Amino acid sequence: MVTVLLCITAVTSAAVGVVYRVTEGPIAIAKGEKKAAALARVLPPFDNAPASSADTVAVDGGQVTVYTATMAGEPVGYAVESAASGFAGDIRLMVGFDTQGAIRNIQVLEQGETPGLGAKIAEENNPVVVSFVGKSPADLKMAVRKDGGDIDAITASTISSRAYVQAVSRAYAGYLQVSGGDAAQWDTSSGATSHAAESDEANGNGGSL
Amino acid sequence: MKKWDILLKGIVRENPTFVLVLGMCPTLGTTTSAINGAGMGIATMFVLILSNIVISLVKNLIPDKVRIPAFIVIIASFVTIIQLLMQAYVPSLYETLGVFIPLIVVNCIILGRAEAFASKHNAFDSALDGLGIGLGFTLSLTLIGAVREMLGSGSVFGYKFISGDGMIAFVLAPGAFLVLGYLMALFNKLKTRMR
Repeated sequence: MVTVLLCITAVTSAAVGVVYRVTEGPIAIAKGEKKAAALARVLPPFDNAPASSADTVAVDGGQVTVYTATMAGEPVGYAVESAASGFAGDIRLMVGFDTQGAIRNIQVLEQGETPGLGAKIAEENNPVVVSFVGKSPADLKMAVRKDGGDIDAITASTISSRAYVQAVSRAYAGYLQVSGGDAAQWDTSSGATSHAAESDEANGNGGSL
Repeated sequence: MKKWDILLKGIVRENPTFVLVLGMCPTLGTTTSAINGAGMGIATMFVLILSNIVISLVKNLIPDKVRIPAFIVIIASFVTIIQLLMQAYVPSLYETLGVFIPLIVVNCIILGRAEAFASKHNAFDSALDGLGIGLGFTLSLTLIGAVREMLGSGSVFGYKFISGDGMIAFVLAPGAFLVLGYLMALFNKLKTRMR
């Protein structure tokens, strides 16, 4: 009885091991492709490999990863991977900035928001993205309209929209650090990010730019 | 003719969702859209066919006392294999269904078929049974998903036919229960009439 069970577990774990070895490569490639696709979507044309030259900087009690895109050696844009906690788990974004700090495009990398409601933040040309694209966070009041800011929220998904705004705000903070912008100035203007960010800042985390 | 019966009974007469009422957790959880329902159904079908074949092949080697643990080990291994394969080759589907894939292990349809069918029949019949029940499950989940997506998001398989939002409640949990209940009633009414 024990022998049979032992044999079954041995054989099945061997099978799982083989499949793991076979799929290890494709899984890594699939993950890499997703990141590369997100980078290509949010960045202007570039000729380096931004994914291999990432800077990790500490922002707002968390970490963001900044990918610098260059063309003929000159920086042409920055893509920042940042996250904020939404309604259900973290919302992870890839935010593309040009060298002037204006947002080119935003891509959602990961989210677990409610389908039909908060999950709309992952759709293309949703109101939240549209209110960001082409503008620099420095010129915007970084909060949803309900909180007195400049960003259109998704109907019935204020929490998801706030988290999105917060993630973009963090991304901009990361961008400023890497591109050598005036990070101190952003410190004050990010005060209206969202209620969550406000409480972060009350704890002194917001000022860690 | 008998083989045909084994295949078809899973779709209507022993439909796992509407008649046997098994596997309710993935049914309620994944059917937020037609495509999610179909994906979950197909993943379950693969596991069901493979586990049914293997269990019917080794049924005589397994002592009765350790039957259930042995079945669970075999099913769990297939689920892990499917999960790895999906992650590698259909990452977009894996992202939508990610959390539900490990739940296939405890899906009572699979253990139920192993216990009720595969442990008593030969490998070919068990494969047919797995295919039939799997198809029934896939069709039911796709149908529930399509109805919820239609009412909740105003689209079917991602193609929008109304502008704006639908009745959001149908995408959320209460909608799952409502749609499942009404479809179950409708299905059983049609089934009795067919007889």
